[in-house]
Amino acid sequence: MTEKQSIISTRRSKLTLEAVMSAAFLLCGLAAVVSVLFISVYMVASGGPVIAKVGILKFLLGRVWNPGNGQFGILPMILSSIFATAGAILIALPTGVLVAVFLSKLAPGKLPGALRALIDLLAGIPSVVYGLLGAILLAPLIFKLQTWAGLPQSGSLLAAISVLSIMILPTIITVSETALRAVPKQYEDAALALGSTRLQCIFRVTIPAAKSGIAAGMALGVGRAVGEAMAVTMVAGNAAILPELLKPVRLLTTSIPLEWAYSSGLHREALYGIGLVLFVFIMIINAALSAILKKGGAHNA
Amino acid sequence: MPELSVSISSITAKKRRPQEALLYGFIYLLSGGAAALVVCLIVYVLAKGLPAVSFAFLSSAENPILETVGIFPSIVNTLYIVFFSLLVSVPLGVGGAIYLNEYAKNRRLVRLIEFAAETLSGIPSILYGVFGYVFFCVLLKLQVSLIAGVLTLAVMVLPILLRTAQEALKAVPESYREGSRGLGAAKWYLIRTILLPCALKGILTGILLSVGRMVGESAALLLVAGGSAMYMPQGSVFAQLSRSGSTLSVALYRYAASRGDNDTAFGIAAVLLLIVVLLNLLTRFFAGRLEKK
Repeated sequence: MTEKQSIISTRRSKLTLEAVMSAAFLLCGLAAVVSVLFISVYMVASGGPVIAKVGILKFLLGRVWNPGNGQFGILPMILSSIFATAGAILIALPTGVLVAVFLSKLAPGKLPGALRALIDLLAGIPSVVYGLLGAILLAPLIFKLQTWAGLPQSGSLLAAISVLSIMILPTIITVSETALRAVPKQYEDAALALGSTRLQCIFRVTIPAAKSGIAAGMALGVGRAVGEAMAVTMVAGNAAILPELLKPVRLLTTSIPLEWAYSSGLHREALYGIGLVLFVFIMIINAALSAILKKGGAHNA
Repeated sequence: MPELSVSISSITAKKRRPQEALLYGFIYLLSGGAAALVVCLIVYVLAKGLPAVSFAFLSSAENPILETVGIFPSIVNTLYIVFFSLLVSVPLGVGGAIYLNEYAKNRRLVRLIEFAAETLSGIPSILYGVFGYVFFCVLLKLQVSLIAGVLTLAVMVLPILLRTAQEALKAVPESYREGSRGLGAAKWYLIRTILLPCALKGILTGILLSVGRMVGESAALLLVAGGSAMYMPQGSVFAQLSRSGSTLSVALYRYAASRGDNDTAFGIAAVLLLIVVLLNLLTRFFAGRLEKK
């Protein structure tokens, strides 16, 4: 090939090149689709057998997880995951929305930029660092509570909730802020002209108008909290019992890294099964998220 | 008419509203609290971790006989994972974005690809770990190795690269394309000489975001790349990629959770935070320049 370039592509080799490149780009685009297909297929193929062997009801609703004894009930983990996520949302959603209100409506001058930079940083901190901080800073405080309540000192649901709520805070703040900013200015102007105060306008007009965006932020936060593994592993105490606030809990995610190294045979398959249950949870959350976004989009249009 | 004068004064005079003052206070408190939290966390980690960080800490491997710790192998592993994952996923992500933005005519296919990318970005990393283990380590017989980690993380960061590249391409003015087409340039020529250079900063932002995600990643790598062995890197690149090894985040988890060595863990945490802060600043720099353009 000579490097004599003409931008007019009439030569055959160039037409071939065009065709090759367009096919190559199509393949790149399909990579994401293929990945999702493969992940779905292999999650089901690896997690399905154990659920069939143990029995779906016994697996999902069994209260005892004792792999050495052949007991694979993951109800404690499912409930712990739900409780931890709900607790984290309960703390992070109001906090996140109020911080988003501050960022989008109240903060003067360059303050929003600086605060947003810090929030971005919070989102970038690796989950193991959160876990480490939770274990060193937060756990001793909770130990005191546990001693006061007459319980042994250990990791706890409360610690998991606290760490998770900080971890999902940036997601909720960022998405809510975008949603609050997207509310048409006329709505607010009309409310203010009718004599409402700044805060009445924000809480009665802006937030209700932005509710689908805020709900999307919540769904993203739920997804992140349900899926978080390492930070929670380091603070939750990891006993597979039904969840109580000050007692150790084990979530769906944490069982996998905890028992991975020494599991084999049916035990390993049971971990795949937990993976499949988690995968189904995440898919449901994703579906909810896209339903919210679609509804929000239709509403705006 | 006394009533009228009251209503007039209620419009002009500022009414005291204790609930509102309380709410304002609460909002300011939470926002200030969030900012203070970030600053405190970072300062705490650096103050506790930086004393452990020395040249020897960064440049040697752990030595159980001398009882010294070093994280050089983890640094090398992290660099390998980041570099080779990008090598796989940047062409796929950018290529996919080019397809979506420049070639695709079928709306259904575009929606399918975008839906797939959204789904990928919603899957938590521990599930990437399970999938990567079942698919790359077992089915493709790559064993628990860095190369399995590379491929798993390449899938994980694909949606980030795809989305940022797509946004960067969308930001290139349509007139550039029209001009190029008007001069008779072929599509690939247009992409290579005009679109990619124009979208470069956006693509770089995506790469930085991906690097941040990979540096912080631990759950998936723990399963697919393992990492109990902390030897100094030896042999060819290929030999190194085919053995197991821990990245910085995985090493942090191992030191903190399985060995209770919190000093080393905080040392690694400080190094990780410095990397995160640096990546954040770089992203801001590129994104800022992009916005100004």
